[in-house]
Formats: sequence, structure tokens, C-alpha cells
Amino acid sequence: MEMKTNTKSKPNAVTNPCNLCTPLGACLVFKGIKGALPLLHGSQGCATYIRRYLISHYNEPIDIASSNFTERTTIFGGKKNLISALENICTQYTPELIGVATTCLSETIGDDVPQYLREFKSEQKSACLPHIVSVSTPSYNGAYMEGFQATIKSLVVYFAASRPRTRRVVLFPNLVSPADIRYLKELLADFGMNFVILPDYAETFDGGPWDGYQKIPQGGTRIADLSELGGFASAIELGHSLVGQESAGAYLEREFAVKRHISGLPIGIKATDKFISILETVSGKKMPEEIRKERGRLLDAYADAHKYLFEKKAIVFGEADMVAAMAGFLLEIGVIPVLCATGSRSGILKAELEKLSCESGRSFEIREGVDFGEIEEISGKLKPDFMLGNSKGYSLARRQGIPLVRVGFPIHDRIGGQRVLHLGYRGTQQLFDRIVNTIIENTQEQSSIGYTYM
Amino acid sequence: MKKVNLPDAAKIKDELLKTYPTKVGRKRSKHITVVGEKKEDNSIQANVRTVPGIITQRGCCYAGCRGVVLGPTRDILQIIHGPVGCAYYSWLTRRNQTRPESPDAPNYMPYCFTTDMQEEQIVFGGEKKLKQAIQEAYDLFHPKAIGIFATCPVGLIGDDVHQVSREMSRELGINIFGFSCEGYKGVSQSAGHHIANNQLFKHVVGRDDEPIAGKYKFNLLGEYNIGGDAFVLEEMFAECGFTLVSTFSGNSSYDDFCKSHNADLNLVMCHRSINYMAEMMQTKFGIPWLKINFIGAQETANSMRKLANYFGDQQLIETVDKYIAREMQAVEKARAEVRPRLEGKLALLFVGGSRAHHYQELFKEIGMKVVGAGYEFAHRDDYEGRKVLDGLEVDADSRNIEELKVANDSTRYKPRLSADQKKKLTQQGIKLNHYEGMIPTMEKNTLSIDDISQYEQEKLLELYKPALFCAGIKEKYGVQKNGIPCKQLHSYDYGGPYAGFQGAINFYREIDRMINTRIWKLIDAPWKEEEQIRANFATS
Ligand code: SF4
Ligand code: SF4
Repeated sequence: MEMKTNTKSKPNAVTNPCNLCTPLGACLVFKGIKGALPLLHGSQGCATYIRRYLISHYNEPIDIASSNFTERTTIFGGKKNLISALENICTQYTPELIGVATTCLSETIGDDVPQYLREFKSEQKSACLPHIVSVSTPSYNGAYMEGFQATIKSLVVYFAASRPRTRRVVLFPNLVSPADIRYLKELLADFGMNFVILPDYAETFDGGPWDGYQKIPQGGTRIADLSELGGFASAIELGHSLVGQESAGAYLEREFAVKRHISGLPIGIKATDKFISILETVSGKKMPEEIRKERGRLLDAYADAHKYLFEKKAIVFGEADMVAAMAGFLLEIGVIPVLCATGSRSGILKAELEKLSCESGRSFEIREGVDFGEIEEISGKLKPDFMLGNSKGYSLARRQGIPLVRVGFPIHDRIGGQRVLHLGYRGTQQLFDRIVNTIIENTQEQSSIGYTYM
Repeated sequence: MKKVNLPDAAKIKDELLKTYPTKVGRKRSKHITVVGEKKEDNSIQANVRTVPGIITQRGCCYAGCRGVVLGPTRDILQIIHGPVGCAYYSWLTRRNQTRPESPDAPNYMPYCFTTDMQEEQIVFGGEKKLKQAIQEAYDLFHPKAIGIFATCPVGLIGDDVHQVSREMSRELGINIFGFSCEGYKGVSQSAGHHIANNQLFKHVVGRDDEPIAGKYKFNLLGEYNIGGDAFVLEEMFAECGFTLVSTFSGNSSYDDFCKSHNADLNLVMCHRSINYMAEMMQTKFGIPWLKINFIGAQETANSMRKLANYFGDQQLIETVDKYIAREMQAVEKARAEVRPRLEGKLALLFVGGSRAHHYQELFKEIGMKVVGAGYEFAHRDDYEGRKVLDGLEVDADSRNIEELKVANDSTRYKPRLSADQKKKLTQQGIKLNHYEGMIPTMEKNTLSIDDISQYEQEKLLELYKPALFCAGIKEKYGVQKNGIPCKQLHSYDYGGPYAGFQGAINFYREIDRMINTRIWKLIDAPWKEEEQIRANFATS
């Protein structure tokens, strides 16, 4: 198959970036641990920007502390600031865990955070110190997904210890929505599994009103569960990007012989089938009847709507695992993902999509390390029928008059980004309906009569 | 006005400080002032660094420079030199609006340009990449001017954005200037405002001496056109016969900045972010400044009268009076409609560096009581008035921010007012180059709180149970979790404009809808009441 993978034509200026910075990924994970508070080691601006950014997607209060560098700190190092931040957080928030992530600034000056933490712990006499887990997240090296995965790994390495074998299962769901996490829980429960999800921000990022002030919102993966991970039977990781990586799952397998399974994000029939088969293997149970019916309804919808979709062209952009999964799904329903683009430079997308291209006999453009300036340059020629991705694509979609179907992260120009369901037969069903309706609506609006039947 | 029994503000202050460790509590105590009988004597600590680990709503120097002051200018192409995040987060997040002169006139506001620094640049320096980035941006857009913004790592690795700017400026023959606005400088976005003022003053203001047509020429400083506020004001000025030369920096353009020194007056809206510019223009070109406020109908009317009186033309004064009388009719009607539903309700305002003051006027007009107000990044002069400036201590964090040495321009300095005119203005109670601050306008037994923390905010909600909280997006969802509406005064939650007379009407209506929607009754869940009833039964 002939594949076009390009590097950027303008290598220096990034016009409208398609990538978020590393510590944001770390904050997402820490916010999915019960009783945890993230602390960014650096200037306060990063913490404020990242809070602001996450809040605009999740529409929830999100606290992230900062060690608040001054100009002097950049010269003398951040140890004092870090320690005073830790102390103040402990007294004010009494968290179970403080998650420390570095920023470009503390990394540039070469602060040795793990060493500072060791000193802090040895100096503290108080017995009720929270757990402190740190992760190195410079943004000039990687992006938010790298931060996300590295933080999961740090947590696992910190907590997992040898334990008697149980039948429990840990699921690493990738950067998916709170609605996705809730759905995954339902699914695993349907298979009768005793499971832990890491991270679990289903509630912390999408909770109800409060009865009183909550210093740290309820919900999240329990620390007691994390310490049991070493005795788990299986670990399931979602995301092609983890294949061959030294991920949390790989670590558990190597150190504690926890059986590792990897599946791409289950979006579309085929990908979900694969995920379900893993669940069957792990649980030793067949797919429950209700899920089979859900699958049936989705197939039925594919059949009902195929004529509206066939040969339609889409631009898919965003985080690499999400793009790969969406591309697979689109090919399955007869849409050609004419351009698959990600800001990530990891190389994963290319590998995964080349496989898809071979299977489907379709060729399409793949761009990694891309910005929206570049997507715009080529999208004019590709004449797509719609775009599939996050809110950051809106300006481009608007300029070119292409509808944008919002998926993934970030969605900050619509309400409910945290409730967009992407995964499984059910999530695919919702996506499918939205995509078909976007196309139908477009046709309807452009027709001179405005038919009210399809 | 309805009588409301308020809790003792001093007791509330004690409550707020209770959980802090002693040292932190002592520090925070200075930032919380109970507004007392003699308001002129009320003092507050402000513009000092937030304690590490205390979750603040403040942003960084870069955010103030790039996001606030320069952000709303459509045709200065802005390149952020640093790792990708800083640029990404400041990309089109503020709702500044702009109207290019024509459909093909440049507007770079929807764009975000960054050098997306990688490890290689951190280790070996990023000037080369920056130069190439400037070249590429130039090739793409051919802008008149380019601004380069340094984020945290830049200063540390020794990249000199000013040197690169000079070189590229020579090479490309356009105006290119840098901002050393690394995020760790100063204590909040406020430092960035100052740096932005300095660089605009140095590199842009005064470049075009071409005389400007029109009468009654002035600049509007510190109006960023959130939600279209500046459009409302522009219309109002035009209708009354004024000539607005430039706005710093809502709906603004590079060319307007270049000729702004030809105006005869600077109106200052947000004192915090732009007073430096006003002062420097006064010193160099002799342009006086006047603090005004276009938020609130009465304040708008007062401000418009001051403006007309400054120019002193009788006909102008009459035109303005007529305009005000006409607009006030609609305002009064809307006010009468909503006031009975809002009278006596409490509001808390914690926002920005001027809005917490300005918006109090709107609440007064609809009978609401502001029981607490404070800023994220203001200085003492914004709270207590410019009278404190002389005695102000400058701490290590602010000392690093350059104070430009400005002198009279030998050829272009021109006093705008005669001694007589000055006297007359004084008689009319119009004070030039003066700001009285927020606290003197507040009622006694209210609280003024600087750099409020997440924790204090929650406590206040619990203790006052206000009908409304005004802040930004970071606070909004937490407030709403408590069943209390939160109005975003940074971005207006998609609403606005709120400036001027029409804006006041919009605001009255919006607040009425927000407070009186039925949703809040649902959130105060019925089972809570049931429990209470049960509890009552149990005790009786
Ligand atoms: S400095 Fe780094 S961590 Fe901070 S906002 Fe910028 S890119 Fe993100
Ligand atoms: S790195 Fe510095 S400039 Fe960038 S967001 Fe953080 S504090 Fe601001």
C-alpha cells in the first residue's frame, strides 16, 4: 500500500499546536486517585493554566497546587518551595496522596525532586504523612499522553508490592472520558470481575452537587487497592501506544507476573470485539446477553445508515491512540479517514495506521508532530465531509466550512465534554449516530427544499 | 433600600483564618481587611507572593503580558518562545472581540504561534529556532509587527529575545520587539502587565506623528473588549461626537497604538493593568489621564460627564447630557423590573484587578449588597487609592520588573490644559491622574480580601450564603456545587456586553435570571428538608 507520511514543511514555527503539555497528563491521573492532590513543581502559572484548561473541559472544580517559584528559586533551586508547599498542603487539605509533577522550569534548572522528597520524609516526624508520588514531566520532551502514562507507571511502581495471588483485575483505561470510565465499570461488572480502574476520575471530574465543602472531591481509585496490585491476576491496558512500551502493565507483568493484555481503545465493532474477547479470557465468562444485544443494535444501525456514509471523507485529529481507534472505526463504516493527524511525535500512529491501511486497502495521509496550520494546508486539497476531533479544530472547521464532530479531549466550546461516551458498542453507537446525523444535517441544510424525511 | 442584617465581618475574618498554620494565618490576616468606619484608614496587604501550596487563582507574568495586554490586538503577530503548553493555554481563551477594518485585514487573534521548544533547545539554546520561526511566520503572513514572548525556561537557558528581535527586525524591515515576561517574574500576571506596558511604550507608541482628524481626541486605556464591551463604548463616543484614537487594547490595531500619543486625554478603565502607560504618556507627551468607569449606568453617566467637562465645550456637554437622559430611560425601566426580585440579596466579588471594584456599582443599582470583594493580582493602590503609592514598599519579587526612565519628549511634549482649565476641573471635582481605589467605595462591615484562596472562598460561601458569587472559570464550578450561581466576570460566560447603558441593562437581566432560576431550588435537595423536619420531630 502506498502511504504518505510527512514531516512538517515548516519545521520551526508551530502554528496552532495540536498537543498539550506533559504535566497536564500527570494532573489528570492524580485527580483520579482517591484523596489525592496534584502539586506542580514550578511557577504558579503552569498550575493555573492547567487548572483552567481542565476545568473548561470537565466543568468541575479542579484544584492543583504549585510550589510557586520566584526568580530567586530559579537560581537557588526549588527545594525550599517544594517543602513549604508540601507542608501547607498537608495541613490544609490532609490528602491521602500528594502527586508531585515537575514542569519545564524545575526540569530546566535540574531540581532533583526524588531526592528532595526523601529528605522531606526523613525530616518529618509526624506519622500521618500522606503518600508522595513524583513524576518527571518536562514538556520539552513529550506531551500530555507521555505525562499521563508516566504518572500511572509512577503510581504503580510506588504502590505495588508482592501479594498473594487473587483473581482481581486492573484496567488502565487510557485518557478517556468520565462517561467512558463509568461504562467500563459497568462492563467489567457484567463480566463478574473484581476490578480496579487506574485512574478513575469518573466522579472527581463529573460529580453531583455538594452537601458541604469538599476539600478534595469524592471518588477515585483507592490507595488500598493500589497496594494490592502485585497480587492481581491480570492487567488490561487500553491503547496501541503501549505495545512494546515499559508501561505500568509491563512493569506489573515483569515484577509480579500479573498477566498483561493490551487492546486498542474499543471503538467500533472489531475493536470492541477484541476487547470483549479479552474480558472473556480474563473472566472466564462468555459475553453477557445484554451486551450481545447492544452489539446487535449497533450492527443494525450500521446497516440502516450505510448509504449515508459510504465513501465520505473525514479528517481525524487529536491524541494518537484516539485517532488510531477512530480511524479503525471509520474504515469499518465506510468512511475514509483521508487525513489522520496527531501532535504527538511518538511514531505510534504511523505504525498502527499502516496496518489499518493494509487491511482495508485504503490509503490515507498520516501526519505526526503536526499543528493545525499544517492540517489546514492539506485539508483544502482533501475536501473532507467532516472533521472528527477536539474543540481546537473548530477555527479550522469554521474557516473551511466543514462540520466538526467533537470527540476526545479537550472539548471546551460545548457543554458535556466529560459525558461524551466513546467506548464499547454503546459508545460507538452514540458516535455513529452523531456522525451520520452530522452528514444528514449538512445535506439537509444545503438542499433547496429542506426535506424532512431521509 | 431593604435592611439586611449582616454577620459581623470581623468574626468572619477570624473564621477564615482558623485552619491555617500559625505562620500562614498571620500572613493571610494582613490580606483580609474589615472595611471599617473610617474607610480612608483601611489598609491591606497586596501584591506579595502566594505561599507555596496555597491554591491561588493567580496566573503568571507571561499570562498578564501576552494574554491580557497584548492578546486583544489583532495585527501584532505574537510568537511564544518556549515549550508548547504556555502558548496553548493562552490561545484564544479570553473572549476579547475584534473587528478588522475589512474582511481581508489581518487578524491573528485566532492563531497561536510558538517555537514549541524541545530538549535540544533547552540544552543548546533556542535562538536559532526562534529566528527561523519568525522568518516562517513572516513568510506566511507578512505582518507589520511581531511580538516575541519569553516563557519560563527561556531566560534560564540564556536566550535573548531582544537581541533576536533586533536582528530580525533589521533583516525583515518590520517592527519586531521582545517581552521578557518569564512566568516566574513578579508575583502574578500583574508583572506581565507592567512589562507589556513598557515594551509597547518603547517600541510602538509615538511612531506615527501624522495629525489626527476629529474633535475631542482621547485614548481608552485598560479596556479589553470582553464580550463586546468596547464596541458599546465606541458607539457611545461616536454618537456624542468624541474621537477615540486608540484603545489599549480591546478591538485595537498596531497603527492605532503608533499614533496614540496625538490624543489629548487618556481615559483609564482598568487602573491595575495600564496605569504605567498612562503615567508614561503623561510624562513624555503631556497627556493627562482620567480614571473613569463604564460599568454601571450611573457610573457611565458620571464618566461621560467628566469626559465632556474635560474638553469643556458647552455644546458637547449638552449633547452628552441629552444622550445620558435618553439612555437612562431604558435603564430605569429595566431596573424597576428586576429590582424587587433582587433587592437585599448578597453578592461576593473576587476577580481581576479592577472588576471587583467596577461591578459593585451595578449591584448597587439593583439593590444588591456586596459583602466581600477582592482582587487576584491588584496592588495596594487599587485597594486604597494612589495616595499610598509614595509609601509603598517594593519587595524582591517586584523589584526585578523594569521601571522605564521616561522624560519629556523635547519636540512632542505639549501640556494639554492651561492653568485656568485645570482650576476649573478641580472646582468641578474632576481629579486628573488620580484613583481613589476600591475600599473607600465599600460599605462598612464588609470584607476586602486580597488573593483569596480556594479554601477561604468555600468558607465565605458557607458563612454568608450569598445569592451570587462573581469570579472566573476556576471558581465557577466549585461555587455552583454549593447551589449558588457564579457569574464569570473575566469571560462573561458567553454573555455581555455589560459596559455602558445597554450593557447595564444586559447585566441586570442576566443577574435576575441567574439568581431566580428554579434550578437552585432543585439543588437544595428536598431530602435535606425532610431530614430537618425529621430532626425537629425527634427533638420535640
Ligand atoms: S512551562 Fe512547560 S509545564 Fe509549564 S505550561 Fe509551559 S509547557 Fe506546560
Ligand atoms: S512556564 Fe512560566 S510562562 Fe509558562 S505558563 Fe508556566 S509560569 Fe507561565
